[in-house]
Amino acid sequence: MNNVVAQLQRQFHDYLVSLYQQGFLDNQFSELRKLQDDGTPDFVAEVVSLFFEDCSKLINTMSRSLERPENVDFKQVDSGVHQLKGSSSSVGARRVKNVCISFKECCDVQNREGCIRCLQQVDYEYKMLKTKLQDLFNLEQQILQAGGTIPQVDIN
Amino acid sequence: MPLDGGVSCLRRSEMIGIGIGELESPPLDSDQVHVLAVDDSLVDRIVIERLLRITSCKVTAVDSGWRALEFLGLDDDKSSVEFDRLKVDLIITDYCMPGMTGYELLKKIKESTSFREVPVVIMSSENVLTRIDRCLEEGAEDFLLKPVKLADVKRLRTYLTRDVKVSDGNKQKLPEDLSRFSSLEIVTPPPPQPLSSTTSLESSSSVESSSPLSPEISVSPVDSPVQQLEMRSPGLD
Repeated sequence: MNNVVAQLQRQFHDYLVSLYQQGFLDNQFSELRKLQDDGTPDFVAEVVSLFFEDCSKLINTMSRSLERPENVDFKQVDSGVHQLKGSSSSVGARRVKNVCISFKECCDVQNREGCIRCLQQVDYEYKMLKTKLQDLFNLEQQILQAGGTIPQVDIN
Repeated sequence: MPLDGGVSCLRRSEMIGIGIGELESPPLDSDQVHVLAVDDSLVDRIVIERLLRITSCKVTAVDSGWRALEFLGLDDDKSSVEFDRLKVDLIITDYCMPGMTGYELLKKIKESTSFREVPVVIMSSENVLTRIDRCLEEGAEDFLLKPVKLADVKRLRTYLTRDVKVSDGNKQKLPEDLSRFSSLEIVTPPPPQPLSSTTSLESSSSVESSSPLSPEISVSPVDSPVQQLEMRSPGLD
């Protein structure tokens, strides 16, 4: 039993470290993990879930704004990017946030093509992160169900 | 909570309890620090609310400056006599919000008789010195760079420990200017506030249950634009 737990904990640790190393997550994610405890074991999962919902909604709205070349509402797109950049920063979604930085630049110069590329990239990145984090949370659940505790992971 | 295919979502009741767009908060224990948090981003509201609760604050989170004014009873010209009981110890607001910015909210609070003494902290994702200056000049207590971290919120608690309870229960304020330096160095800490069991739902299992001035508060220069400002030469002010 202990071996199973130890193995799962190792897997969890290594997986989370790899997410940081590959740039999917940054320090803010570890800050969020600090806020989770036995009383609120789902805190991080719930926050990122809201974040992914946000992504989906904002991407849809921005997509509509960018649809017709002759009538792009760049103000609306800019507002969407701003919100996305903010929330991705708050959860530690590093790649999503970085795309938003480029996205904002395209928006500032009213580059529709560039915006569309960034939009597609943001869509890709948030979905990729969602899958990765799903795997991470599944590992967490397995550890807890096997009677273990979630390891602290120091990324520094 | 078992996870199925999707990441689990915040329960509706929890969202309402946090005060998303809602103004209700449960009856306050008069010893508890009550913070009004203002942010149009749902994700940020959840995070700041959690950060504050973990540091033993009661939180009311609203999604706009207008809601904040409404909550404080400042949204019209009638006197706020009926809000004498309303105890807000700190207001923390995002800067960039549609409608009313955090700066505009700050001004309205500082113009009010009832709440001008309440410390107001501004949060922003952008480290713009002119913006920081404007806010500090208008009376903001501090300026936090987003994303906000636990160490930032712990530091905020030092403003709130200005009221030092002496044995006969009378509150004694520390000199005003000492609080200005609380972010640069830890002044002689007041006695740790006892954490009441009703303080936070997480109670004994909260991450940091030690005194607000735990050694983990880092005061490295990059943490706060305020510190960067304080280190400028006086000639630039």
